Amino acid sequence: MKFGVINGTFGYDNERVLFEDVNFQIAEGQILTILGPNGVGKTTFLKCMMGFLNWQRGETIIEGQSFSNLAAADIWKKISYVPQAKATIFSYTVMEMVIMGRNPHLGVFSMPAAKDIAVCEWALEELNIKNLKSKNISELSGGELQLVLVARALVSEPDILILDEPESNLDIKNQLIILNIIKRLSEKKNIACVINTHYPNHALKISDKTIMFSYDKHHIYGNTKDIISQSNIKKFFEVNAKIVEINENEKNYKTLVPLSICE
Amino acid sequence: MKIKSKNIKKKLIILAVLPLILLVVSLCIGRFYVSPKTTFSILFSKISSVEVFWDDIEEIVVLGVRLPRILMALMIGAALSVSGTSFQAIFGNPLVSPHILGVAAGAGFGAALGILLSNSVIVTQLMALAFGVGAVLITYLISKRKSAATLYTLVLSGVITGAFFTALISFIKYVADPDDKLPEIVYWLMGSLNGIVMRDVLTALPFILTGILIIVLLRWKINVLSLTEEEASSLGIDVKKYRLIIIGASSIITAVSVAFCGIVGWIGLVIPHVGRMIVGNDHKALVPATVFLGAFYLLFIDNLSRTLTPAQIPLSILTAIIGAPFFAYLLRRTGGRWS
Repeated sequence: MKFGVINGTFGYDNERVLFEDVNFQIAEGQILTILGPNGVGKTTFLKCMMGFLNWQRGETIIEGQSFSNLAAADIWKKISYVPQAKATIFSYTVMEMVIMGRNPHLGVFSMPAAKDIAVCEWALEELNIKNLKSKNISELSGGELQLVLVARALVSEPDILILDEPESNLDIKNQLIILNIIKRLSEKKNIACVINTHYPNHALKISDKTIMFSYDKHHIYGNTKDIISQSNIKKFFEVNAKIVEINENEKNYKTLVPLSICE
Repeated sequence: MKIKSKNIKKKLIILAVLPLILLVVSLCIGRFYVSPKTTFSILFSKISSVEVFWDDIEEIVVLGVRLPRILMALMIGAALSVSGTSFQAIFGNPLVSPHILGVAAGAGFGAALGILLSNSVIVTQLMALAFGVGAVLITYLISKRKSAATLYTLVLSGVITGAFFTALISFIKYVADPDDKLPEIVYWLMGSLNGIVMRDVLTALPFILTGILIIVLLRWKINVLSLTEEEASSLGIDVKKYRLIIIGASSIITAVSVAFCGIVGWIGLVIPHVGRMIVGNDHKALVPATVFLGAFYLLFIDNLSRTLTPAQIPLSILTAIIGAPFFAYLLRRTGGRWS
């Protein structure tokens, strides 16, 4: 097992439990999506998973070891986190921002060296944003900024990538760019990915496994194609939907069409 | 990237040379005239044998009065501006100054109390230092809760501590003898390097040098620390530990500075922005740039302070009167877009 959570339980106090006994595990190169309606605690779940919040019960496991037994510095050599793209107070250049991702590999007083710059150049190349290198973060579009944050996460050469709604504020082209990159990284570099998303369609498109949360502390976990079903969407999102398949250029596309709100 | 980093290196070298040139010039200027030739002969007489052709008074003016004062100005200018830079980054707020945690108000109260109760400069300095550091500790204790201090509560606690000590300063002014003690207190609160001797320089040096060195060595980490707490943690940095080290180092150098030269405003707030306009936001270049700029600026201001009029003009008056129009000009020119 590469990465997972055992009996993850969290609530801000004992009465208001957000989720209970969540279990999942993903192997190298697998993609897990986390779905659920607004305010159900998806981001909280990510925060617990990474140790920003403490599990009430349960633990996060990486390569068979519990997070609580590992030093933070070692954890962040293996895991990278891509937050939602937001403007920063000080507008660094893209290169300055991306190179911060090398921090887990740098000692207390050391500065990034030529080798670190080379890794960043590679990441920018990989994401096709080399042309942005000397631009200021404040000059970027939302999609470009999100890609820069992915590049920053990549330069620490992680085994696991955790992304918080990476495609939420993007137009459809940029959504596809991000989703394709995630898929490619998981296939090519064998990186395991955990993604929070609002879109069942995106989960259908790229993920192997899915956790779906509902308001009543209930959740289900399994293979994406089993979890995202018309009945589950109705139960968890209170939306009547139909899953349709389209065949285009000899490829099958599965997509979910929301029809109406459940009465 | 190559061209850019080369450019920044060039800029840093120029910025480093400026205060050195000003140091040499400053030794020669003052209301008591000593010719440049005499000044340099006096200086060289300390390292090699030079035939003495000058008055004792000239030697005292150059080595006993000007030199310590100049060195102190360089040191404190660097200290205040570098701690302003690190505070602005750590608090993620470009409008923060090193005084945000109450150090100035605390030190001001300590000094005012010292002036009120004694006639000794050393007592005043020690009281200023003790209350300056004390105020920061109080701020920290107020903000500290079980669930760890957040930056927001830390700043708010600083405002509370600052307000409290500012009120105490007002109280001391209110009860102080208006003919004798009150002017002295008011003058101290506006900042001055008048009367600095070599012993002061040597006392302040280890603290300020260590503090600046810590921040300079950690300057690249400051980039990471300027991000949100979770982002910074996810980049593998122990946010709480590093914040404590950098806030601690900045607070100590600020407190030591305030103890020796009173409250000098403006430098810690504005020099970091001037630095950003010149070398950009990357703290790898910005921290050294602000060290040089701050040193240069306070020395420049102190030269004006001691030469413009027979009476010494308080530093805080000059830092803003000279600095505000200059900064306004920079702001207009760059349109507020740093770097």
